[in-house]
Amino acid sequence: MNDILLTILAAIVTTIMAFTVGMLYGGIVRKLTARVQNRVGPPIYQNFIDLMKLEFKTTNIHHGLMSHLGPVWIITAAVSVLMFIPIVHGGMLLPGFSIENLTFKGDLIFLIYMMTFGSLGMALGAGETGNPNSAIGVTRGLSLMTGFEIPFVLALVALMIQYQTTSITGFMQIQEETGTWMMFSNPFAFIAALMASLGMFRYSPFDIVGAPAEIASGPASEFGGKYLGMMMSGGSIFAFIKLVLYVDVFMGGAHSIPELLLKTFVLYMVPVFYGWINPRYRTEQAIRWFYKWPLIFGVIGVIWAIY
Amino acid sequence: MIEANDKETQGVVDYIKNFIRKHSIFMLAYGTGCGAIELPATLTSRYDAERLGIRGAATPRQADVLLITGYLSTKTLKRVIRVYEQMQDPKYVIGFGSCTINGGMYFDSYNTINSLAQYIPVDIYINGCMPRPEAILAGFEELQKKIQKGEADNGTKYQENIEWYRANQKKIIKNWRMPDYNW
Ligand code: SF4
Repeated sequence: MNDILLTILAAIVTTIMAFTVGMLYGGIVRKLTARVQNRVGPPIYQNFIDLMKLEFKTTNIHHGLMSHLGPVWIITAAVSVLMFIPIVHGGMLLPGFSIENLTFKGDLIFLIYMMTFGSLGMALGAGETGNPNSAIGVTRGLSLMTGFEIPFVLALVALMIQYQTTSITGFMQIQEETGTWMMFSNPFAFIAALMASLGMFRYSPFDIVGAPAEIASGPASEFGGKYLGMMMSGGSIFAFIKLVLYVDVFMGGAHSIPELLLKTFVLYMVPVFYGWINPRYRTEQAIRWFYKWPLIFGVIGVIWAIY
Repeated sequence: MIEANDKETQGVVDYIKNFIRKHSIFMLAYGTGCGAIELPATLTSRYDAERLGIRGAATPRQADVLLITGYLSTKTLKRVIRVYEQMQDPKYVIGFGSCTINGGMYFDSYNTINSLAQYIPVDIYINGCMPRPEAILAGFEELQKKIQKGEADNGTKYQENIEWYRANQKKIIKNWRMPDYNW
């Protein structure tokens, strides 16, 4: 009985941690972006304030059942995917206490499948609002996905072929035993995955989905107040999930929370840095970009894995 | 001395709510008159409104504050009303320049309105023709003070006095063919 309670507690702790880290990274990026633009910028906890303000809105509009469920769907998808990703080695969250999170020894293929669920919820919710900007945003988002998913999946497939396993804990185990991170044992796959991550985090030049100046925030344009707040928190959790997945698969996983934070932050800064020096692509440019170098690196990664 | 059931003082929850609201203001990226040109300057490196928690929002559903940045033609008034009604409570309006107060130099024009407060409730006016970024930031500061005091709840006032506002609006907009919002 106690075990179950502890596991549930750990699941809650994991969720809160993912949410906090995701939001905080967003805040840090806002601050850093401001510094790059020679501004003072908002405090790094600004995202939390924004979120709380959204939750304190007194009216909220929804346009039907699905638009009501869309944001809920995003959060549900985020939390359930989170439960399948090993956060730290052995699943022990805090070394002092024996608090172990759920991490059902996730399987990569299953995760790739589940990770699209957030976007699907967004698409369904936005679709019902009837706002034309939402429809364009969703189309753009799904097209962008066809771009970055292919190099991303190729990179993961390369690793699966190389090590004959699809389990994330298996990957972590192998890296532990051989002593090399997969970003060194299959560098081409890592490069392909890293390039795909640029599209995944939707910083410029791949911020075609939100595109506030063109299509008024895209899919979220009919969502305000609490709905937007939910989307924000779901998005933060998803950002954390993607980062942890990359760390687990390519960078040897993490043995403690500080190590995890260090590795994820370094990874997170890659799309951000790329975004600072690039304006936005048009939709077809963005997709074409993924079908050039990232795709080639992905294919080389697979060939490298076979021979 | 705080007394029980004193309507004038704020409880702890209200205080926190207002404190958070005042530090996170999304303004709608929508300009009506000359003053809109001052907003980019307010938001970029030199004046940097984002350090006060003020940032742009592209859609009325997400915005907190509507800036009427100058003269408002009757044609634009239609859109302004629609936009204002789509915003979620609590929402605020800032009027820029003399044009929103008394018509300014367009006071006798046949197609601009003279007083904005007749059509939507206004929280703060910023004077100047047109107000510089410093003045805009000072206006936002005033708005923040009002929010902290809990006085900026014009969204509810608008809902309560909707007949009066609708009558005024319909007087100006002759071909009224707009949907009624249910907030
Ligand atoms: S007050 Fe002056 S600057 Fe502002 S809209 Fe009117 S004429 Fe233009």
